[in-house]
Amino acid sequence: MTPHEWFLLGLYLVVLLALVKPVGTYIAGVMEGRQTLVLRLGGPIENVLYRICGVRKDEEMGWLHYALAILLFNLLGVLAVYALQRLQLWLPLNPQAMANVSVDSSFNTAISFPTNTNWQGYSGESTMSYLTQMLGLAVQNFFSAATGIIVAIALIRGFARHTAKTIGNAWVDLTRITLYVLLPISLVYAVFLIGQGSIQNFDAYKDVTTVEVTKYNNPKMDANGQALKDSKGNAVTEPATTPTQTLPMGPTASQEAIKMLGTNGGGFFNANSAHPYENPTPLANFIQMLSIFLIPGALCITFGRMVGDMRQGWAILTAMTLMFVVMAVATMYFEQQGSPFLSKLGVDQTLTALQPGGNMEGKETRFGIADSGLFATITTLASCGAVNAMHDSFTPLGGFVPLWNMMLGEVVFGGVGSGLYGMLIFAIMAVFIAGLMIGRTPEYIGKKIEAFDMKMVSIAILVTPLLVLAGTAIAVMAADGIAGIANPGAHGFSEILYAFTSAANNNGSAFAGLSANTPFYNVMLGTAMWFGRFGVIVPVLAIAGSLAAKKRITVTAGTMPTHGPLFVILLIGTVVLVGALNYVPALALGPVVEHLILWR
Amino acid sequence: MKTLFRPAISLFILLSLITGIAYPLLVTGIGKAVFPDQAGGSLIVKSGKPVGSKLIGQNFSDPRYFWGRPSATSPQPYNGTASSGSNQGPLNPALTDAVKGRIDALKAADPDNTLPIPVDLVTASGSGLDPQISPAAAAYQAARVTRVRHLDRGVVEKLVAEHTEGRQWSVFGEERVNVLQLNLALDEIR
Repeated sequence: MTPHEWFLLGLYLVVLLALVKPVGTYIAGVMEGRQTLVLRLGGPIENVLYRICGVRKDEEMGWLHYALAILLFNLLGVLAVYALQRLQLWLPLNPQAMANVSVDSSFNTAISFPTNTNWQGYSGESTMSYLTQMLGLAVQNFFSAATGIIVAIALIRGFARHTAKTIGNAWVDLTRITLYVLLPISLVYAVFLIGQGSIQNFDAYKDVTTVEVTKYNNPKMDANGQALKDSKGNAVTEPATTPTQTLPMGPTASQEAIKMLGTNGGGFFNANSAHPYENPTPLANFIQMLSIFLIPGALCITFGRMVGDMRQGWAILTAMTLMFVVMAVATMYFEQQGSPFLSKLGVDQTLTALQPGGNMEGKETRFGIADSGLFATITTLASCGAVNAMHDSFTPLGGFVPLWNMMLGEVVFGGVGSGLYGMLIFAIMAVFIAGLMIGRTPEYIGKKIEAFDMKMVSIAILVTPLLVLAGTAIAVMAADGIAGIANPGAHGFSEILYAFTSAANNNGSAFAGLSANTPFYNVMLGTAMWFGRFGVIVPVLAIAGSLAAKKRITVTAGTMPTHGPLFVILLIGTVVLVGALNYVPALALGPVVEHLILWR
Repeated sequence: MKTLFRPAISLFILLSLITGIAYPLLVTGIGKAVFPDQAGGSLIVKSGKPVGSKLIGQNFSDPRYFWGRPSATSPQPYNGTASSGSNQGPLNPALTDAVKGRIDALKAADPDNTLPIPVDLVTASGSGLDPQISPAAAAYQAARVTRVRHLDRGVVEKLVAEHTEGRQWSVFGEERVNVLQLNLALDEIR
């Protein structure tokens, strides 16, 4: 860790912690209907929406009704994104005449965006029309973020209410989160990004005459458009030149803002936040990192406020922050080490006054090691999945940390909403374990934790490891699975493990060398994303309903306090233990082996 | 279920129109009004014709110019319509070979150079379009450009200094040199 890296991490924490309280208080106000100014301003718009949609805003829903509403709304998202991709050639706002996307790729993307994963098998600038991007993908960035937040709010209501049959009105919650939280922040944020250099237009791509004519080797194609290979399997190429460069265009900034704020992470361009038009400056990069953790952090405060005990929210936030700091230090440290293979070739990877040094393969000059390592930690702890450096080229342990971050279940800050509800599931697990140790009925936030709740907790915790490990096992045994590997040796296994970990935990980042835009991976990963998302949301809402129906029990001398250091340690222990127990064997086969070979 | 369909479908459509049409159009309008240059791609225009973007790097292999980060885009480097990194891991022999090739090219263009080779000059960027290099990478190439162009060392060093950006607000990111703008400035010297 260099002094600059320590300083950056410290500054990040200070700014983040200063922002979560006002934002979290605001969200609580909106969701409880107490934020009177905003609700009065938006009231007329809301009322028009509800009248057209036949929504009675004072009529609340039971958990099953709430879950069905959310499932249906997200299913419509899947259909819309699929249809837009399949029809984009005949729809407006397609100046590059992008062809209709293939069936399997459309299927994968249509699940990827509504599940807040934003795994991308395609590359944006050569696949998607502007209409598909803004009306398909960016809209789902809003909706999937709103979905995650309102599920967390519903779970909080489960704790806050007692002997209640309902947990809120899904339509009203969706509308209010979208209109009063996501949309206004995105608007300001998008304009800021344009100011930094992010593009926002509907022009066709622009050809410019470059200073130097570019000489390169062009792969030869056969009549079917497949690359020709010689007898050794190497691509046949012919020398070519080009005097021009084509600059991509499009409505990028508006999509970029909600991509980060909603922890979606699906880039407008293939290179995602490494692309200078998506993330043009180090300041833009800092704000992007802040906006990933902003709502997940703020929701801890929302939780504290809505259950009427701020200390409960701070305890969760403390546990998250401690784990984040350890992971951030680890990633930056390992990336700063660089590669011994390059040192042997005489490459200077040391930190000097003139360069940041470290492992720069796949990293941008403006970000160096500090901003790339910190971004990688944040984007994988939160289920964002945007990348400003290529994780596939990280050092073995530098890549191990992002991989393991996702394996923790995206609960350390985590996705918007999904991070908090995931962490509360672990909190219930923690009090359950503590209850077993001292032989008392576990309770959390004034609610007795009983058999039904624990069954749902078990499903929510176990569904993702099951998808990850089974998916990886199938892929490494199938010829179609192995065919996608880009890097030889243990790293190839890591690529597959990373893909399934990312999909099932709804992260969306990748060891992007893996050729995943094939029917095999599109279907396998699409399935993992859907069940990784709703296989958790449905049990969480069931817990919300169950908790809301319970009586509130009074705090006695026998109640374990869930706001002190003891509980914070217990919670961290539970998250780390579950994450480690599930994945250690798989990790040993991938990044651990790689590290031992690299530093042999 | 029937009571769910009407609100689901109509709310989906209405909120889609707000977030998917009204919002991006509003952002585009504000962008055009307040930051027209940035919204259009920060183009560099020379005598009426766009020659590139301040934010998007170009490929340089002539010893007369400063070279940028190696680019892994295909088929040609710095392909604006196919941003990508190499995605090669540190153990991948293809990465070691590629770095070796880049070192050889640098040495062939400047055999007498004894400075250590800065890592960013021989490793591919994440986007394949990185517009910048570290000051170390610029310093490594300054002698070569000076010699090939028959310029004073001081002139080249002054130009490099002019195109070096410090940390943003003295705090964020890394110090860096914009390669395309530096090379355009070099060509301006008569």
